[in-house]
Amino acid sequence: MTDNLDGTTPAKGVSAIAPKEGGGFPNPGLPPHVHRQADTDKRAEKRAEKIVAGMFVLSILGTVLFIASYFVFTPMDTNLLAEGGTLRAVFWSNLFTGLGLAIAVFFIGAAAVHWAKTLMPDDEMVEERHATRSSDESRDRAVEIITGGLQESGIARRPVIVTAMVGALAALPIAVLAPLSTLGPLPGNKLHHTFWKPGMRLTRDHDGTPIRADEVAMNSIFHVMPEGLTEETPHFLNERAKAAAVIVRIDPAIGKNEESLANGHQGILAFSKICTHVGCPVALYEQQTHHMLCPCHQSTFDVTDAAKVIFGPAHRPLPQLPIEVDAEGYLVATGDFPEPIGPSFWDLHKDK
Amino acid sequence: MTTTTPSSQKQDAQPGRVARLGAVGGDWLDQRTAGGGLVKFLGRKIFPDHWSFMFGEVALYSFVILLVSGTFLTMFFVPSMDEVVYDGVYGPMQGAHMSRAFESTLHLSFEVKGGLLFRQMHHWAALVFMVAIFVHMFRVFFTGAFRKPRELNWLVGFSLMVLGMVAGFSGYSLPDDVLSGNGLRVVDGLMKGIPIVGTYLSMLLFGGEFPGHDIIPRLFTIHILLVPAAILGLIAIHLTLLVLSKHTHYPGPGRTDRNVVGFPVFPVYAAKAGGFFFLVFGIITLISATTAINAVWIYGPYDPSPVSAGSQPDWYMLWTDGGLRLIPGWEFTIFGYVISLNILLPMAIYGGLLAFLALYPFLEAWVTGDDREHHVLDLPYNNPVRTGLGVAWITIYLILALGATNDLIALKLHLSINDLTWLFRVSIFVAPVLVFYITKRLCIAMQRHKRGLALHGVETSKVVRMPNGEMLEIHEPLNEYDRWVLVQHDDFRPLKAGKGVSALRAKATSFFFKDYISPVTPAELREALDHAAHEKHEIDAVTGGDYTVPSAKVGH
Amino acid sequence: MKALAARRHHPMALLVILLLALVATGGLYAAFQPRTAQAETYTADDIQQGEALFLANCATCHGRSGEGLQDADGNTLGPSLIGVGAAAVDFQVGTGRMPMENSGAQAWRKPPQMNEEQTRQLSAYVASLGPGPSLPDEQYLDPANGDATKGGEIFRINCAMCHNAAGAGGALTRGKFAPTLDGVEPKHVYEAMETGPQNMPVFNDDNLTAQDKNDVIAYLHALEENGSPGGLSLGSLGPVTEGLYAWTIILSLLTACAVWLGAKAK
Repeated sequence: MTDNLDGTTPAKGVSAIAPKEGGGFPNPGLPPHVHRQADTDKRAEKRAEKIVAGMFVLSILGTVLFIASYFVFTPMDTNLLAEGGTLRAVFWSNLFTGLGLAIAVFFIGAAAVHWAKTLMPDDEMVEERHATRSSDESRDRAVEIITGGLQESGIARRPVIVTAMVGALAALPIAVLAPLSTLGPLPGNKLHHTFWKPGMRLTRDHDGTPIRADEVAMNSIFHVMPEGLTEETPHFLNERAKAAAVIVRIDPAIGKNEESLANGHQGILAFSKICTHVGCPVALYEQQTHHMLCPCHQSTFDVTDAAKVIFGPAHRPLPQLPIEVDAEGYLVATGDFPEPIGPSFWDLHKDK
Repeated sequence: MTTTTPSSQKQDAQPGRVARLGAVGGDWLDQRTAGGGLVKFLGRKIFPDHWSFMFGEVALYSFVILLVSGTFLTMFFVPSMDEVVYDGVYGPMQGAHMSRAFESTLHLSFEVKGGLLFRQMHHWAALVFMVAIFVHMFRVFFTGAFRKPRELNWLVGFSLMVLGMVAGFSGYSLPDDVLSGNGLRVVDGLMKGIPIVGTYLSMLLFGGEFPGHDIIPRLFTIHILLVPAAILGLIAIHLTLLVLSKHTHYPGPGRTDRNVVGFPVFPVYAAKAGGFFFLVFGIITLISATTAINAVWIYGPYDPSPVSAGSQPDWYMLWTDGGLRLIPGWEFTIFGYVISLNILLPMAIYGGLLAFLALYPFLEAWVTGDDREHHVLDLPYNNPVRTGLGVAWITIYLILALGATNDLIALKLHLSINDLTWLFRVSIFVAPVLVFYITKRLCIAMQRHKRGLALHGVETSKVVRMPNGEMLEIHEPLNEYDRWVLVQHDDFRPLKAGKGVSALRAKATSFFFKDYISPVTPAELREALDHAAHEKHEIDAVTGGDYTVPSAKVGH
Repeated sequence: MKALAARRHHPMALLVILLLALVATGGLYAAFQPRTAQAETYTADDIQQGEALFLANCATCHGRSGEGLQDADGNTLGPSLIGVGAAAVDFQVGTGRMPMENSGAQAWRKPPQMNEEQTRQLSAYVASLGPGPSLPDEQYLDPANGDATKGGEIFRINCAMCHNAAGAGGALTRGKFAPTLDGVEPKHVYEAMETGPQNMPVFNDDNLTAQDKNDVIAYLHALEENGSPGGLSLGSLGPVTEGLYAWTIILSLLTACAVWLGAKAK
């Protein structure tokens, strides 16, 4: 049992296969064939035939249902069970066209399989295998072709060409880098700055209205964007992706970080909404524990302690947006985030 | 090729009009394509029949359904991030700003006849495609079908699995909804975490900063051209190698490493496999008609500010999210540069898991030193260590996937998400070891049981008490066909270091085979049969050869 | 008409019209102005009945005059209810969260223990303890008065991260969770935003106006109305349940077909 199909012994060295005593048991060969009902019983054969034909007919009915549904259960116009142009109409359209198609295709398959199982011959047949490797003659001829071809090309005799060729083939892939580089700009200092500028008002994310400090109730959260960041702003979504922030209000007495409180206004603190792990919006705020949770990977930040990470995969605290109150009582930023927002990257700490 | 043709069932064919037409058409084609040779080569090729061989076909057929339904979708989908104002039938979006991609997805879902059905079929087929690939891979792994000469085809299949993940993820992101958009944002974050080149890669992929204006059209090209073309090419190689090596078969009487036992392609296998395509098609259609998938209108058009609780990728990407949830916040700054271990470590683990899968055939071949061609499959319990390793791999994969769903588990089972995270953090180290050991012991127990079965046959529940008080159960010996399945497998032993065997390999063979239960040898069987014959003689002496109702007969 | 037309020429006419316009605007403003003061009028009897109910059902945790209690270790048994307003009581008692069965990470929604009248009396009593948010105005609870599209935007930005985009609920830290919004009455949705029960942040009218809240109610209503056009929604929990479905139901169907196909016919 330790030799190859072609009778040669393995050339790989010592193997962990233990030879079997006396070559092991002899293979008893195929067991005797057992006939099916349809092979011996004419009635069973007829029954099988009827079932197969019946399933094909069922498939035709499915096709009819499919085509009919396309006209009587449409999403927008005629629909027997709902008003066109509603989601109920879409539901019935999807259901009936789908069921029609499912019946149409499924029963073609079921009929074919049942046919093969019951009426086509079920004698097991044997096909010989041969070793996968090509014959010695083929191999010799292949070696001959390759060595001969290499000789004809003169590759061994012309080292200059070979060197130049290797050089050319090595240089070409570098050329690929050029078109690749046109796929996008260099990072530059883009990741280090956001839309926030000193004096910019904090506005409600959903309607762009500015927020007065006295509107921020204890234990509330506001999702904010900088004033003036509108759909007309160039790279609108890119700017939103970086500027997104939240403001929360805590009792300054429970604040654990003086610097963080100083960057806020009477316990109103503004933090970047973008997780410092891989960049999901954080924002699941628990008003009693003052924890902010990221729904993607569960990083948890403590807003009473400068949004320090207290659980999960993030490492850096959420950058805090320094804020104050302007003459009209509105909250304004006194500058950009002190460090890059969002996921950490290689040269995060470099000034740019 | 020697093919035994069945003696029965031969119909005497009257050359009718259809047959004559076929002959003319066949002649016409053959003169132009030499198709006759192909029919001769493939027509009576033998394929073994077993339900577990069908999952590769499920994958193939889901891919066909993906191509068909995907083509329909491209007729209506617009891969553009230009902003539009929605004015379609979906009320709660009317007047909302969104990308063309999202708007066209709503349009094809709600306003195009059959659009939602095709979209759901496409998405369900994608999930089934990946399910089938994994089940197929597990089948191949646990039966040792990856052994020589099929190592390369294992690699091709492995690449198809990876490409399937890429295809799935790129397609999942196309509708430009909040859920998939946050998925892309995670990808952006992962790329940025790569040392030195990370931010550059992110800028190249997104054509600037995230999310930019290019990513949807780019993913579209990747999704409908690049990846499907690669998958098609690899499928061609996969099937060519399959035909070349012929299919493996399970151990059974008459089946050897030098033959293949089964049914001919034409007509039986063509009908079964062809029919199976329609069955798969039917089931996916039925599911799509009745079960919603990826209701993007609920997630809303992508905007960087919102996020939904329960944000997860499709199932085949779950495991890549799990590591990101379980890793603690490890991040270091060295010489002013950031090393994000909370990103790099999970990625390294994913790479390791994939590498193990890809390289396992070579690892096992190195351990056993087995250079033979294998066409008869292993029964999983006959290779306890391989089976244990496979189940351990699945355990790690599963824990990562469960880790990625910790918020949903917490929500539905009313548990603490923090406790769950800790549970998974610990079990990712403990569970695989435990599961490996348990699986291995279970396999060995099964081997022992099967060994006993081969030696002593089946228990008949007829018990005889001998004069000396000993209770004997009468065993019915197996017939040689049934016994063959239990005794045909290889025997292995650990190697000693030295004589061309390195200490490492000796250790590896010991790890694999030190508890290996050898198959029954003919000598052992002879002895067992002798013993049984002796016992039978004694029993006959007690019962007079009639032990139909032994308990009633036995006495002093 | 004639008389009016004639008088319009009078120099006083402009003043009268201006005055009328002012009154109308003021009236409209008053009508649409979100009310933070007591909207519902409670009688002294309501308050008295409410106090009796309070002492019987709530005082063990919240203190005999709603001042809140702590146990010996300084853990809060029940928070102070002074200033939480009628809206908070109506939400907590009306959704059955209070009285609480046993202390845990979070109070659960369950069938209310108090009937509507008792809830009203309790609200009256707690509202009398100190000024707080009153019950919402009916007009802001009618989905027909809200803009579902705007509500959708507000919902996705302010609510979906905890309650899930489909309102299916989501997990918070340490066993806390944001409950599902399926089947929650508009009144309770409004009150929850107004008062911020448990760990939910407060979204009072200074954050989301009454109209904003009405829009959210309209959006949730539209979600419920629209149902799931694609068929079974699988709990609207997203890709995980879809994957589970593929691995269980669909794989079983496919395997059944494969087994049938591979089995030898009788």
